[in-house]
Amino acid sequence: MSIWEYANPKKFMQTSAWALPWVSGAAAVCLVTGLVWGFFFTPDDFRQGSTVKIIYLHVPAAMMAINAWVMMLVTSLIWIVRRHHVSALAAKAAAPVGLTFTLIALVTGALWGQPMWGTWWAWDPRLTSFLILGLFYLGYIALWAAVDNPDTAADLTGVLCIVGSVFAVLSRYAVNFWNQGLHQGASLSMDAEENVADVFWVPLVVCIVGFILLFVALVLARTRTEIRARRLAALVARERMA
Amino acid sequence: MIAVLTRDLRLAIRAGGGFGLGLAFFLLVAVLVPLGVGPEPATLARIAPGILWVGALLACLLTLDRIFALDFEDGSLDLLATAPIPMEGTVAMKALAHWLVTGLPLTLVSPVLALLMNLPAQGYPWLLASLLLGTPALSMIGTFGAALTVGVKRGGLLLSLIVLPLYVPTLIFGAEAVKRGAQGMEATVPLLLMAGITFGAGALLPFAAAAAIRVNLR
Repeated sequence: MSIWEYANPKKFMQTSAWALPWVSGAAAVCLVTGLVWGFFFTPDDFRQGSTVKIIYLHVPAAMMAINAWVMMLVTSLIWIVRRHHVSALAAKAAAPVGLTFTLIALVTGALWGQPMWGTWWAWDPRLTSFLILGLFYLGYIALWAAVDNPDTAADLTGVLCIVGSVFAVLSRYAVNFWNQGLHQGASLSMDAEENVADVFWVPLVVCIVGFILLFVALVLARTRTEIRARRLAALVARERMA
Repeated sequence: MIAVLTRDLRLAIRAGGGFGLGLAFFLLVAVLVPLGVGPEPATLARIAPGILWVGALLACLLTLDRIFALDFEDGSLDLLATAPIPMEGTVAMKALAHWLVTGLPLTLVSPVLALLMNLPAQGYPWLLASLLLGTPALSMIGTFGAALTVGVKRGGLLLSLIVLPLYVPTLIFGAEAVKRGAQGMEATVPLLLMAGITFGAGALLPFAAAAAIRVNLR
């Protein structure tokens, strides 16, 4: 039993068909619990009032926007090294999900920033690097869409993903250097001195787990769709040849 | 490799007018911006580093699709791929040729445009140094982008979309170096960081670009 068994599309389809409802269900349970708990059963922050509740969407979305790119990097590397098609298709499937999470993080951040900082947008390092991350996603998706041959597209986007990862990290530190911003620092880590209070922390963690599960569910569903689309294309091609 | 370089240089200078195009665009940007934001010297001096760097970057971007597209269409890229020198070498030489016909002239004329933009006098050495160190990175990253999109019909817009986010760190460090220099501050740190990007890109990106070319020729 090894993870490479799932490189076989048939095996992947079987397992994901079994796993998808469970993952989706768990995601729904976590998200509903976390969001309802966060929105209705936590106290308002003494300084930020009820706007603090945006945290339950903003933070998980932002985390998953970055993690989605990391997942794309890993699957792209697997595709380039071991040529497993499922891996390439999973990277393709994850990109629009990652872009959506990036947009959610940016929009909720703007909604939060308006009452708190008095501005929708500031050229803060975190905000700027997220905007740039969104551009990376756009370029990646556009390259997938532009190349006709699926193997060529998978190779090119894989190379772009690897180079893009390096430059995304570079950009992150470059903007840090460029402008010190309004955004608060990390306040969730286990070892930090000052953290978010437990009342907010527990539902937030539930929401984060929910977003992770939601991401997995969406990527599984989209990968299944991609595999089906690929099979369909193969069938049509065979039909045309006959 | 020298032969590839001289061939590209000759093609760029004699055919197609790609040589002057980037320069003319750079000039246009430097003329249009004061027309747009007004002629107050103080305002212009403040935005000059950024505008000059953005202008250089866009001028560089404008000429990128010529790096591989023509060779790809007439088949000489296939010949280059079967030539005894490795693809990485060809790609590096193409990037160098691109830099020699865009980045280097841009750097050389930039003081004149800085004059138009009313850049403070102490910013000039930093402007020259940052463009000299930074534009090779622009050419190399752009060559990588061009290698990715060489097989795409009308890939110009796609090329911009892919390359512009990759230009962000270079742009930030370059413009920051000039800005600090113009204000009389110490500017070696952004300059060194940018040089790091340039040398890193020059060392690693030819491999990525060559891999993309091989995929596109498959």
